[in-house]
Amino acid sequence: MTEILLILLGIGMVGAAIMAVHLKNLVAAAVAGGIVSLFASVIYVVLAAPDVAMTEAAIGAGLSMAIFLYAIKKTREKEVEHD
Amino acid sequence: MIKRAIALIVALLMVWIMFDMLVNWNAPNDLSGVAREYVEKEPTQLGAVNVVTAIVVTYRGFDTLGEVTVLFLAATGVAVLLSRRKKEPKQGKKKYRPASEFLKTGTHLLSPFIVMFGAYIFLNGHLSPGGGFQGGAVIASGVLFLFLVFPDFKLNHLALNWLESTAGASYVLVGILGLLLAAGFLDNRFLPLGHYGTLLSAGAIPVIYTLIGLKVGTELSGILENLKD
Repeated sequence: MTEILLILLGIGMVGAAIMAVHLKNLVAAAVAGGIVSLFASVIYVVLAAPDVAMTEAAIGAGLSMAIFLYAIKKTREKEVEHD
Repeated sequence: MIKRAIALIVALLMVWIMFDMLVNWNAPNDLSGVAREYVEKEPTQLGAVNVVTAIVVTYRGFDTLGEVTVLFLAATGVAVLLSRRKKEPKQGKKKYRPASEFLKTGTHLLSPFIVMFGAYIFLNGHLSPGGGFQGGAVIASGVLFLFLVFPDFKLNHLALNWLESTAGASYVLVGILGLLLAAGFLDNRFLPLGHYGTLLSAGAIPVIYTLIGLKVGTELSGILENLKD
């Protein structure tokens, strides 16, 4: 049962990672990157590593995604200014 | 074309190496070497219920100090790079669309509890999963919540910097106290170990994790604040 769950989560991670690379919309790509971390944190919980899972969920899926979104917002604004 | 071929060859090489490891891999039935020492001796030696915390804060405490330093340097770098941009003259004040009533009310209700949960995580670092880094990150995500809903929300920079530097300096000070009063740098046993499994146990580990939690929380909040405007 856990192995099936792990394989599904692993496939989800790889899929989200490929989406993060290929998506043209940068905001969607950042969200896909967050999904990779979210699945990874679930995998850590299943593998009995709750300490690592908490770090991954809070920093990988939460804060780094927010920092990416802020950065994307800033760079877009700058492009519009120079037009 | 050549670039793609090289990438494909490297990927196939990685697959081959990993496949070899995966085929010959057996799940270990026993802890080996230093891991067994930690798990067997830690409860009587350091008295923390969560062995991971004992390893991170005490046995490998020097590594944690290094991590905190790296985070501090990253936060300082972000502050230096982004504060230079702020000094450029602004063309008019930015107008944000105000958040909806639902978001505002939800944030008012939830953000104190998120910050409190972060404090709970680092105070219970020696008893349950989590610790200073995780608690600090949760506190910062509570602050992020406030920033998203109230774009004009400002943190008190003076208090934030003061808290951050005091926590960092006290962390090193606690480490030196361990060197002077107990067996070595960042040793937790200069405070009484207390009753195994209670909040006030495991010597200086709760003190160290509280300091790390405050430092990480204020640093990450500072990074978010610098990025925000």
